[in-house]
Amino acid sequence: MAPPPETASDVGTSTDSGSSWSSNGKPLLEVKDLVKYFPVKSAGLMRRVVGQVQAVDGVSFTVNKGESLGLVGESGCGKTTTGRVLTKLYEPTSGSIMLDGTDLAPLSPKQMMPFRKDVQMIFQDPYTSLNPRHTVGAIVGTPLRVHSVVPRDKVLPRVQELLELVGLNPEHYNRYPNEFSGGQRQRIGIARALALQPKLMIADEPVSALDVSIQAQVINLLEDLQKEFEIAVLFIAHDLAVVRHFCPKIAVMYLGKIVEVGDRESIYGNAHHPYTQALLSAIPDVKQAQIGGRRERIHLEGDVPSPINPPSGCRFRTRCWKAQEICATQEPPLVQIGKEGHLAACHFAEPYDSAIHDAAKAQREAAKAS
Amino acid sequence: MSSPVEDVTRPASDEPFLVVDDLTVKFPTADGLVHAVTGLSYSVEMGKTLGIVGESGSGKSVSSMAVVGLHDAKRTHISGSIRVGGTEIIGLSEQRMRRLRGNEMAMIFQDALAALHPFYRVGAQLAEGYLAHHPDATKRDANAKAVAMLDRVGIPQPDQRARDYPHQFSGGMRQRAMIAMALINDPKLLFADEPTTALDVTVQAQILDLLQDLQRDFGSAIVFITHDLGVIAEMADDVLVMYGGRAVELGSCAAVMSKPQMPYTWGLLESIPELVSDTTKRLLPIPGTPPSLLHPPTGCPFHPRCRFTGDVPGDLCERELPDLVPGLEGASHLRRCHLRNPAETMANAAARKEV
Repeated sequence: MAPPPETASDVGTSTDSGSSWSSNGKPLLEVKDLVKYFPVKSAGLMRRVVGQVQAVDGVSFTVNKGESLGLVGESGCGKTTTGRVLTKLYEPTSGSIMLDGTDLAPLSPKQMMPFRKDVQMIFQDPYTSLNPRHTVGAIVGTPLRVHSVVPRDKVLPRVQELLELVGLNPEHYNRYPNEFSGGQRQRIGIARALALQPKLMIADEPVSALDVSIQAQVINLLEDLQKEFEIAVLFIAHDLAVVRHFCPKIAVMYLGKIVEVGDRESIYGNAHHPYTQALLSAIPDVKQAQIGGRRERIHLEGDVPSPINPPSGCRFRTRCWKAQEICATQEPPLVQIGKEGHLAACHFAEPYDSAIHDAAKAQREAAKAS
Repeated sequence: MSSPVEDVTRPASDEPFLVVDDLTVKFPTADGLVHAVTGLSYSVEMGKTLGIVGESGSGKSVSSMAVVGLHDAKRTHISGSIRVGGTEIIGLSEQRMRRLRGNEMAMIFQDALAALHPFYRVGAQLAEGYLAHHPDATKRDANAKAVAMLDRVGIPQPDQRARDYPHQFSGGMRQRAMIAMALINDPKLLFADEPTTALDVTVQAQILDLLQDLQRDFGSAIVFITHDLGVIAEMADDVLVMYGGRAVELGSCAAVMSKPQMPYTWGLLESIPELVSDTTKRLLPIPGTPPSLLHPPTGCPFHPRCRFTGDVPGDLCERELPDLVPGLEGASHLRRCHLRNPAETMANAAARKEV
């Protein structure tokens, strides 16, 4: 398959780091035009489908072996759905998920079985994602038993090995989740995901439910494990500072679409899409207080529109200060801008300039008033 | 004002509007006494914002609920002194308390969906708060006031939205509605307990701006409770850092953020990634877990997790609770630490990490 050079599937195929190639020269995960719609049904007996929640609408990206890609965006932008479709917890509506040469998208649950151990997931909430009636040994050992990766009598030693790996006491395999703190529970979840030595780990907000002082412990652990086992990670989070620390490559989503993608420097230092710029400017930063003074924020009006009936053309236009007529009629394609691997989907992609922002805002307000 | 509150709320002297003095809150439970807050003192002046930072279980919410009088008196042991505009809160009857609440002080909660009543229209819930404190007002006045408040907090088409139910509002709008409800009686003191934690960054920015605007207009005092140091950095004039139910550092926002004097504050600042920090550097986490409030550690509450106990002679950290006293940085910057010069010790540690 040779995608045209200017599509999103080309992201990350550049060899800037030089290390992250799997044996056959293809990226480990290649997602192309992934779509997930949830039907909206009417009340009553007929349950007619009256609409579609366009949770993920044509998302393409690649993740190389041992690399991490950060997926950021506001709630409701489809980042969690994307992660769940990749693990086939949701069936994709269309599109392809190539994992190491196999398309996972059309596989039935049964056919999916041998591939499940390649893709594992870490969940956000360490309280609800562990069965309270199972011991830690059972929780971490279940994947080993289901996939029979180790002989039955070797399950316990392997579980203890995994617990030690994530920094828990291996003697605690007989305890129940309620005997552990939030950070420790998240470590159990990580041990469970690690049990099958996956090639790809989907980490859905792995630290956002944890206390600040514990977050760094879990981030460091994930970093160590990723390096040691060369696991590719899709890191889904809304905290842009954490994503910046963890991921050399970042994709920004808005209403089911990727609006900008690039390496760390391009996204955080040279964002071209207005949404990325607004998102970055909205983060409260400790440095601000340290140097005294407050930074100018970009004010986005309102909330994310409904994904049942997204705006025509560019989906961000209803909150964008740059929006022109073309934005309502034509959907901007995700194209390369500047540096290789840095793509943005905006008709007016350019580095942020506060003068343009203020002038455009004033103009729009004047138009609204008249 | 037409409310029948007697003129007890005038500050007796030039005392700050809110003074919390040696506040201790304990909860008896089946497992023993939970020492939620111990010996907490702080004050907030009108027009100023105090940020309270700490992780879950540090006592930041419990102490604030004590000020607003939301603890069940039968199940809580509260001692110390809380003065709001010169009125002593502790021991006040529920009836008197109710008059102060809403009028003099109000609270914004984290989860707006849980804090608003799902069966009543948003406008009606706001109006109810107004009527409760303005017995002479008519329903029509109250409704008009509710719509005006919704307009003030930036809800579009407030007259129509006032007739909506909370579930018809988005997360950001619900938070705005709750702020409107808290401010409808012009309280002089506002407690904001993690008001933006459940929100997206773009909506969080809107709410923070709104709170700053409102503070400028009404000149109210705000106590802002959060675990997010970035939010504190943007909002607060002064910062109080809590750990294990105690104040461990208190000072101006800039001073605490740039020159922390207590290893816990320093650890918090070191452990969060920033938007400009070096990504090749590892984060420096605080080891261990927060202390149990059933059996608080002896001595300094932070000593089991502190990297610097070795720099203090003997086993002082384990034995003796350090006082909250001014450090070398000046009289307005208090810290609870045995280290003689914490800033220097911690700067050295940071330098070692960089090598």
